[in-house]
Amino acid sequence: MGFYNELIKGVWRENPVFRIVLGICPTLAVSTQVSNGVGMGLAATFVLLGSNVIISLIRKGIPDKIRIPAFIVVISTFVTIVDLFMAAYTPALHERLGIFIPLIVVNCIILGRAEAFASKSTVWMSIADALGMGAGFTVALTIISSIREVLGNGTFFGIQVMPEAFSPAVIMILPPGAFLTIGALLGFFNYLSKRRST
Amino acid sequence: MEKLIVIVLSVVLVNNFILVRFLGLCPFLGVSREIKSSLSMGVAVIFVMTLASLCTWLIQYYLLVPYKVEFLQTIVFILVIAALVQFVEMVIQKVSPVLQKALGIYLPLITTNCAVLGVCILNIREDYNLLETIIHGAGAGLGFTLAILLMAGIRERMSLGKVPQSMQGFPLSFIIACLMALSFFGFQGFFSH
Repeated sequence: MGFYNELIKGVWRENPVFRIVLGICPTLAVSTQVSNGVGMGLAATFVLLGSNVIISLIRKGIPDKIRIPAFIVVISTFVTIVDLFMAAYTPALHERLGIFIPLIVVNCIILGRAEAFASKSTVWMSIADALGMGAGFTVALTIISSIREVLGNGTFFGIQVMPEAFSPAVIMILPPGAFLTIGALLGFFNYLSKRRST
Repeated sequence: MEKLIVIVLSVVLVNNFILVRFLGLCPFLGVSREIKSSLSMGVAVIFVMTLASLCTWLIQYYLLVPYKVEFLQTIVFILVIAALVQFVEMVIQKVSPVLQKALGIYLPLITTNCAVLGVCILNIREDYNLLETIIHGAGAGLGFTLAILLMAGIRERMSLGKVPQSMQGFPLSFIIACLMALSFFGFQGFFSH
């Protein structure tokens, strides 16, 4: 397994949202606009990168019994950094993402990667894994939020893309629309991967 | 008193944690196969949420604020919740083996349930006082239990139906959640006046 291989697997083959169905809460909650989705994806990628690197560096020093609390402390340190950083430089986005920034701590993707990958692999491979998984998460958020913003608001990144005559289906940017979008997408991706394998 | 009733109704129906705020979706999808196990999960969540709300509120106002280290909130809260869950598990093991059997495997899962950390942070952000915090915590757990029970009831029935192969499992659960969210949306106008 090379660096490139680890990098690419997170985007499609082991995409955290569409294939493994992890990290659903932030995915659904912030995907009302594309800018929110991308912002959340990048924030989570940064935390993932930081925690994977640190955990991989100190993996030999952590006693097995207390590894989960140790991982959580490392992860929440990076979440605090992101939280303060975003509050200072992108206050509007910070305001819109609200409690979902501190909640990156309990995002299953990050703890999952720490446990399943970074605690067993070299730093170099952990970086590849973090970037790949982060990219996969960001791509998934972008796809979901694009669908919701275009159908629910007629805009993409805040720019009007649908014709004047299109009346937005407001339900798509409300909570039920999030469940509908991800349910349909998951079904679609299942169908695709089944067709590929046969 | 009036405010407490508003908090309960709002957190159980109008701003249901799962269906409107998207908190705690992992157990909602993972443990909702049968009514019995989802009820146990719900009870465990109500219990932990109430306790965690109480503890984190005390820590926030008697430790973090006086020493001006509010920025440590995320780290401290998650550690408190993890310790609390561990502690509750040990107490239950000692006191009631029956309860231990019913809740056992669900308790460790609660640490990474974002609804618990979510409710603690919301308590602070909404500036609730101690009593309101406890009510809000218990109400949030109640809302969680309501949603997961409804989901389990529907899924037990759906397991008998014919579903296209690619829609089985998660996709179908999300579509069901969509319809449930839609119906909970009807409560939205509750406090408009």
